[in-house]
Amino acid sequence: MYGLAFPKCPLPIPNSRRKVIQMPMEPMIGLEVHAQLNTESKMFCSCSTKFGAEPNSNVCPTCLGLPGSLPVPNRRAVEYVIRTGAALNCQTAARCRFARKNYFYPDLAKNFQISQYDEPLTHDGYIDLDVDGEQVRIRIRRAHLEEDTGKNIHLATGSSLVEYNRSGIPLMEIVTEPDFTTAEQCREYLTQLRLILRCIGVSNANMEEGAMRAEPTVNLVDRETGEATPKVEIKNLNSIRAVYQAVSYEIERQRRAVAEGREDELFQQTRRWDEDKGVTVLMRRKETSDDYMYFPEPDLVPLEPEPEWVEEIYASCPELPAERRERFCTEYDLPRYDAEVLTESRQLADYFEETCKRFEGSAKMVSNWLMGDVMSLLNEAGITIDQSPISCEMLAELLRLIKEDVISGKIAKDVLATMFETGRSAAEIVEEEGLEQISDTGALESVIDEVIEENPGPVEDVRAGKDKAIGFLVGQVMRKTQGQANPQMVNEMLREKLT
Amino acid sequence: MADVSREVVEHVAMLARLQLTEDESDRLQKELGRILEYADKLQAIDTDEVEGTSHVIPMTNVYREDQVGVSLDVEEVVANAPDAAEDFFRVPRIVEE
Repeated sequence: MYGLAFPKCPLPIPNSRRKVIQMPMEPMIGLEVHAQLNTESKMFCSCSTKFGAEPNSNVCPTCLGLPGSLPVPNRRAVEYVIRTGAALNCQTAARCRFARKNYFYPDLAKNFQISQYDEPLTHDGYIDLDVDGEQVRIRIRRAHLEEDTGKNIHLATGSSLVEYNRSGIPLMEIVTEPDFTTAEQCREYLTQLRLILRCIGVSNANMEEGAMRAEPTVNLVDRETGEATPKVEIKNLNSIRAVYQAVSYEIERQRRAVAEGREDELFQQTRRWDEDKGVTVLMRRKETSDDYMYFPEPDLVPLEPEPEWVEEIYASCPELPAERRERFCTEYDLPRYDAEVLTESRQLADYFEETCKRFEGSAKMVSNWLMGDVMSLLNEAGITIDQSPISCEMLAELLRLIKEDVISGKIAKDVLATMFETGRSAAEIVEEEGLEQISDTGALESVIDEVIEENPGPVEDVRAGKDKAIGFLVGQVMRKTQGQANPQMVNEMLREKLT
Repeated sequence: MADVSREVVEHVAMLARLQLTEDESDRLQKELGRILEYADKLQAIDTDEVEGTSHVIPMTNVYREDQVGVSLDVEEVVANAPDAAEDFFRVPRIVEE
């Protein structure tokens, strides 16, 4: 008997299953992430993957699914998934195949998506997260390769427009086990995953642009009895923040339904996150498990990644952001916040380390300048650190001038801005504009005497032991010297004269 | 004869987006039964020692390098489309699942 495992219409929950589930139940959350891979060409044809091209300008017979066309896999896309597997402690399959996922929807012209089913390219990995000081290990079930779909535009006139530039862009699907128990863990996972994918250079992982998409599955489980609420999938999440909010909301929604015995609200379903209202909304019930009629893709031969190749990819996996962050804390003695900011981009972290190598001073000083003035110049200009006109050698030189008291920190800010604008070196600018700090006691003495003369009030205060007033006097000297006086020296000399 | 339930027929028809009349469903229920009967014969063969075959050609690892080639002109892209609007394919309104 070829029976069926699906009911034809929504079924009421049978009375036998209507029992009140006992609190407390723990959330059980899994995450499915899709990330577009940073390749030049598509997964199975040589069309460009460039974002923002004219509609249907990057398509060919293969990604249009025209009869007689044949797919050929992009080797770099395969490499990127293996590299991701390496970064996520996965095992790479010795042999795997592509599969056809069949469905009716015009976002793919072929009526099927080439994906992987029972034989993913990499599988069984994990990622360790630090969530508010707590160590959490999330198991990675699999990371596989598939093709992205086209885009639909729905018109008010009753028809839809389809364009296939995105169709066939290599897409990696990363699936976790349902190991998350809080929305915070989900947020940390996505934050770390994004950093990793960027660090290893496989995806720009930008959720706002749709280069990374996340779909959580949320339900509640009683860990003792194994009793659980039906699974709810959430779609339409365009940022990590949205995932965090939607998961939090969904946990609460299910908890309340359980607590108040409203079991009619607990059924297997797909919900949509409504960003404006801050709620999840029912999209559809899921009475049946999806039936995509998967079968091995007959147009593609199996993959057997050569062991030497795989080993090479694993061996060349760079230091990952989390490790690097820890190392920055210990090796450079940086505060955790600094280490976090600096390791947010591999280029920024590299820049920091390269500057430290060239500067015989404190790493914290490098960090301060990098995170402060350099970053704000970059942000203003809308460029990233690797496009900066100031090389790490140039920054190191500027810091050396500060450290050796050639210029004051205040002057250095202006010098940095000029460096950024002109690309000239710090020494050159300081020399040409005569910005050397006045550390010559003789030169300072006359200015200090002037200031003492002109400010009898504060001078009396200092003499009377009001230490605060000295700051004012130092400020006056700095002003008279256009910021070129060495404030440390001015401070000392003032104290000497007034006490 | 292998027993195919009416639900199976309707399910398969739904997956293939076919709208069947009662008569067609009756006929297909019998025909699918016969097809599956044949599959049963194959199932009876002991294949424990045989690896599943998705390809008759013993070949693996056919790749292309990641190089951008020439795409079609947009006029060609939509040339065979039953309906197009500007540079888009136009289809009957599809409601997002």
